[in-house]
Amino acid sequence: MSNTVDIRIALPLLVLMAAACYLLFPDYLGLLRTIFIVAIFVLSYDLLQGYAGIVSLGHAVFFGLGAYTVAILGGNGVSEPLLTLAAAMLVAGLAAGLLAPIVVVGNDFNRLLVTLGVGFLFHEAANQAHGLTGGADGLSSFSVGSIAGLYEFDFQGHVAFFYTLAGLVLAYLAVWRVSTSPFGLALRGLRENTARMHAVGALVGRHRAMAYVLSGTIAGMAGAMLAQTSNFASLDMLGFERSADVVVMAALGGTGSIPGVIFGASLFTWLKDALSSISPKYWQLGVGLLLMASVFVLPQGLAGLAAAVRRRWRKR
Amino acid sequence: MNIQGFLTVLVDGLAYGMLLFLFSIGLSITLGLMRFINLAHGAFAMFGGYVMVVLVGSAGVPFLLALPVAFVATGVVGAALERTLITHIYRKSELQHVLFSIGLAFAAGAVANIVFGPQQQPIPLPEWASARVELLGTWTTGYRVFVMVAGVVALLALLALFHRTLFGARVRAAVDLRGTAESIGINVSRLFALTFGLGAACAGLGGALAVGFLGLDPSFPLKYLVIVLMVVAIGGPGSIMGSFVAALFLGAADALFKYYVPAVGGFVIYALLVLAMIFMPKGLARKGGGR
Repeated sequence: MSNTVDIRIALPLLVLMAAACYLLFPDYLGLLRTIFIVAIFVLSYDLLQGYAGIVSLGHAVFFGLGAYTVAILGGNGVSEPLLTLAAAMLVAGLAAGLLAPIVVVGNDFNRLLVTLGVGFLFHEAANQAHGLTGGADGLSSFSVGSIAGLYEFDFQGHVAFFYTLAGLVLAYLAVWRVSTSPFGLALRGLRENTARMHAVGALVGRHRAMAYVLSGTIAGMAGAMLAQTSNFASLDMLGFERSADVVVMAALGGTGSIPGVIFGASLFTWLKDALSSISPKYWQLGVGLLLMASVFVLPQGLAGLAAAVRRRWRKR
Repeated sequence: MNIQGFLTVLVDGLAYGMLLFLFSIGLSITLGLMRFINLAHGAFAMFGGYVMVVLVGSAGVPFLLALPVAFVATGVVGAALERTLITHIYRKSELQHVLFSIGLAFAAGAVANIVFGPQQQPIPLPEWASARVELLGTWTTGYRVFVMVAGVVALLALLALFHRTLFGARVRAAVDLRGTAESIGINVSRLFALTFGLGAACAGLGGALAVGFLGLDPSFPLKYLVIVLMVVAIGGPGSIMGSFVAALFLGAADALFKYYVPAVGGFVIYALLVLAMIFMPKGLARKGGGR
C-alpha cells in the first residue's frame, strides 16, 4: 500500500529517535520499553493482516504463549533470556502451525469467529490450568537470568531498554525481509484478489499458513520480552482486550506500512499510559471514540494520511 | 443421574437460550440484510438493561410497564444511530465494520461505567417473579417461565412479521437481491433503518429481561459477544428460526456442561464455536452468510 519510506531512512531514524528518547527521558525507560514490545507485537500482526489480509481477533494467544513459556521455564530453573526467548518463539510458532489449518479456511467472517473462539479458548484454558499458569493471579515468582551471562537486567531498566530495542530492530528487519520477498508479493496478491491467486496456481492455503506461523512466532517474541522485562505473566496477556488493541493499533498506524504501524503502536501506548493514569474508564471511552472516528477520518491510518500529504506536496 | 436436577438445569439453560435469542436476532437480521458485522450489538442489550435499572430501580415504575419502554427506547436509539453513523459504514470493508463496532462497544461500556459505576445493578423484581412454578415435573421460578414465554412470543411475532406482512416480504426481497428490490421501488435504506431499529429493540428487551437473571454491569457488551456471534454463525445469518434453534441449543449446552462438568464447562462453548466454523461454515440455515 503506502509503504514508501525506504528502510535505509526509516530504520536508522527509528534507532536515532529511540536513542534521543533514551537521553532525553531517562525517567520513562519503562514506558519506552513497553512501546518497543507493543511495536513488535503490532509488526507481527501487520504481517498477518497488512500483507496476507487475514483479520484475526485472537492474536494475543501467541503473545500470551510466549509470556507463559518464559515464566514457566524461569520457574523451573531455565532463566537465560536468549534461551527462553528462543523457546517462547518456538512454542508460539508451533501453536500457530497447529492452529493454521482451521484459521486459513473459510471467509473473513468465519475467520473472525474462529480466531475469536480460539482466543477465548486459550484464555479459559490458562485460567483453569491453575497449577501451570497461576490462574487469575498470574506468575511472578520466576527468575530472569542475565543475557548470555553478561548483562543483568538492572533496576532502572537500562539493559531492558536496549534488549527490547534490539528485538524491535530484528522484528523490523524480519517483517521487511518477508514483505519484500517473492513470498511477500504472493501474500499481497492474496490480500488483493484471492480468486486470481488460485487461478495463477499459487498455493493459497500454504502461503496463508506460512504467514500465520511467522506472525505467531514474532508475537511470541514480543510476549516473551514483556514477561522477561516485567517479571510477570498473567491472563490479560492473552485476553481479548490485547487482541483488540493490536487490531486497533495496526489500523490506526496504517496496515501494510511498517513505519506506520510502529508509529501507531507508539502513539496508542503513550495515550493509553497518559489517559489510564487519569482513569481507565476514560481511556476506554477515548479509544472507543478514536476508533469510530478513525473509520471516517483515517481509513488508511496515519501512514495513509502521510502518503496523501506527500502526494499533494508533489502536485504543487 | 438425578432426573429432577437435570430438568432444573435444562429449564435454566432454555431460559438462558431465550435471552440469547433476543440478544442475537437483531444481529442475525442486520448481518444477513446489510452485511454489517456489528460487534457492538450487545451494547443495545446493555442499554435496555440500564433503562430497566433507571425505571424500575430508581423511579419505581412497575416491571411490566418498564419492559415495553425499554424495547421502544432501545429501538429508537438503534434507528437513530443507524441513520446518523452506521449507514455510512455499510459500503466500507469488513475490517472497518469490525473497527467501528468494537469502538462503539468500548465507548458504550465506558459511558455505562462513568454514569452507573462498575458494580452489578440489582433491580427489585415483582412478587410473581420469585414464585415457585412447577414445569416439566420440576420446580422453577416464575421469572424463568416469564422469560421463556417472552422468547416464544418474540419468535412468533418476528416470524409473522417477516413471513406474513408486506414489510417482511420487502425485507426478504432486499436480503436476496438488493439491486432488484430497489429497482422495483422498495426503499431499501429506509428498510435498513427500520430493521436495524427492530433488531436493537429486541436486544434491548433481552437486556431488560436479563437484569433479573444474568445481572448487568458495564462489561455486558463484551461478555456476551462471543456466544451471541456463535448463535448467529450457527443459526445462519438472516434466519430467524435458525437463530432460535441455535440459541436454545447453546443456552442448554452451556448450562448443562457448566453444571455437570464444571472443570471444562467454560471451554465447551468456545470449542463448539471453533468446531461449528470448521464443519458448518454456513450455519444451520445454509443461506446468506459469507461470499
